Amino acid sequence: MEWYWLSEYAPKLLSGTWLTIQLLSMAIFFGMLLAVPIGLVQVTGPKILAIPARAFCTAFRGTPLLIQLWLLYYGLGSLFPYIDGIRTSFLWPYLRDAFPYAVVAFTLSVAAYEGEIMRGAFKNVPKGELEAGLASGMSRFQLLRRIWLPRALQNVLPTLAGEMVLTLKATPLAATITVYEIFGVGTIIRQETYRIYEPLLLIAGVYICLTGVIVVLFRWLENRVPNASG
Amino acid sequence: MDSFLEFLNILKFSDMGWGDNLFYGLLATLEIALGAYVLGTSIGFAGALGKINGGPVARFCLATYTTLVRAVPELVLILLVYYAGTALLNELLMSLGYRPVDISGLVAGIVVLGLVQGAYSTEVIRGALQAIPKGQLEAGRAFGMSRFTLFRRITIPAMIPLALPGMSNLWLIVTKDTALLAVVGFQELTLTTRVAAGTTRYYLEFFLLAAAIYLCVTLISNIGFKWLERRSTRGMTSLGH
Amino acid sequence: MKKLKNLLLGSAASLVLVAGVSQAEIRIGIDPAPYLPFSAESASGQLEGWEIQIAEAICAAMNEECVWVKTAWDGLIPALTSNKIDAIINSMSITEERMKTIDFSNKYYNTPAVIVAPKDSNISADAASVSGMYVGVQVATTHANYVEAHMGDATVKSYQNFDEHNQDLFSGRLDAVIGDSMAMQPFLQSTEGQCCEIKGDLHDISIFGPGVGVGLRKGSDLKAKINAAIDQIRADGTFDRISAPYFNFDIYGG
Repeated sequence: MEWYWLSEYAPKLLSGTWLTIQLLSMAIFFGMLLAVPIGLVQVTGPKILAIPARAFCTAFRGTPLLIQLWLLYYGLGSLFPYIDGIRTSFLWPYLRDAFPYAVVAFTLSVAAYEGEIMRGAFKNVPKGELEAGLASGMSRFQLLRRIWLPRALQNVLPTLAGEMVLTLKATPLAATITVYEIFGVGTIIRQETYRIYEPLLLIAGVYICLTGVIVVLFRWLENRVPNASG
Repeated sequence: MDSFLEFLNILKFSDMGWGDNLFYGLLATLEIALGAYVLGTSIGFAGALGKINGGPVARFCLATYTTLVRAVPELVLILLVYYAGTALLNELLMSLGYRPVDISGLVAGIVVLGLVQGAYSTEVIRGALQAIPKGQLEAGRAFGMSRFTLFRRITIPAMIPLALPGMSNLWLIVTKDTALLAVVGFQELTLTTRVAAGTTRYYLEFFLLAAAIYLCVTLISNIGFKWLERRSTRGMTSLGH
Repeated sequence: MKKLKNLLLGSAASLVLVAGVSQAEIRIGIDPAPYLPFSAESASGQLEGWEIQIAEAICAAMNEECVWVKTAWDGLIPALTSNKIDAIINSMSITEERMKTIDFSNKYYNTPAVIVAPKDSNISADAASVSGMYVGVQVATTHANYVEAHMGDATVKSYQNFDEHNQDLFSGRLDAVIGDSMAMQPFLQSTEGQCCEIKGDLHDISIFGPGVGVGLRKGSDLKAKINAAIDQIRADGTFDRISAPYFNFDIYGG
């Protein structure tokens, strides 16, 4: 096994790892932000919102992430020349760069999977607690903010670690649309040095470390958050 | 729209049209998914039994296997098994005196995805096996059933409804994971779509079509599993809350 | 113990059976992504193009049976070194870098690299003209190496396939792309390609090498056979006969 290339590619590896972390964090953050209303509206909300939410979850959970990514990047991209003035609009830096597409695709995917989980979580909060809240004179919004949402999130927290790991494992797909996160950097190393095993093993090692960090982080979080139900 | 009609034209099931290519791509996808699912479930059974009944060595190996697979991205695993794995296998075969084999993309895809599925289904099946009420197993043993009869008549039927939700999820995962094989150049549906899109430049239309095809596979699978769930829980009392 | 041994032998045997392919054929690796006029996959699933025909002519001249193995472009060299394929015929240039890992036959064609940009842009083959711009190339190609070596001021984006960076040039995400002059033609003649034109030739013999050759494993006995076959098809007119419908100049190059 030869590792002579490590020092030469170290800066690229570091920037690739950072890009992976950025992609992961943004996807989880925005994805969860979207998942809460998507899950909630399927339990309470008017049919006119609930049905599109359901359709969204079904569509995004039923198709491969790779196809969603390519559809977004190349599919949308093929429309650009037909839209006048797009290159001078303020959106152009986001439309031309590949990273925003990766963030959007992963965010939507997380929102779909977590939306489904949030739906179950909202449904499973004991009715008694909600009724008690209403009986105490809380408004519906206060009820949501003080009882329903926190209790649903408490139930969801253990699965969130798993979701984060799954999203981390999906980040290599971004390399297919020119986003050079850690897997993409590994691909470049493989192509320029022609080594088969070593770069792959290094990349696998990085992912194992990142997974370990996520698991430890969530265990720490779970200890700090009061546990659901006695 | 003009180009939409042109697109429909391009899809013809003929030599000039891309419709049959996509169809064969879909067949390849389903072949790999099925093969990997069966392999994965077999590994899962062996792994679950190993984890429950096995000694510390078996349990350690299984724990390492499931942890590695669940921590490393499938894409990295696919590359490792496809290139490094086949090289190692050939070296092994040559040192034993056999000629090197050429493992087709289909077999490599099934092996890789099967290994990944195996790790996850080990956990699902183990969870299901451990959730069977002990009372049922004790009753069977009290009746004097041999271990094999016990397994066949009580364990398996009780385990199926418990494992079904997890296993149906794994089926959906494996059908979508076949898309990853496009990155190693194996022509299942996703790669075929990309080649078609690249050649005809109908990127938006082809990727939308591929997404629709995958969605249909998912929806049909869901209906199938719901039917299975209803059948397997017929006449069962709810297994405690 | 006997059961285990039988099981292992049985699975090894079934692997061999499943593998199926007899070892007498020459397996040639190619990426099915479109790279006309050299190679592309037609709607009927057949491979077509000038390079495909030349490869078949070489195999006929060697009296060997060849079979195409579709592989991802960036997996061709690993596939060759791990014995999944025996040769690469996919417009792979002969370069010193690649020669460290694999061997090549003699060249069978040589065409220059060009830089392509929108008609109304000021980009040229001069490195200064692309400073600060987005330039697209295909990953793991001599074109990618050229941009890294000579156009350090530009932002390089590497794509998995040739047609993808052309598509992004059309979409406007890229300011220029660098690729083979012949392979660019189908794009430039298509509706999407009307936006752009060739802005200049790029030359650097140390990066682009003497031309395109057949990729082979080091020490392969195919090298001598393929070189002889290439000489034969050039001598007996097969090469020119195949090239005539595609190119109106001598693609073998100087």
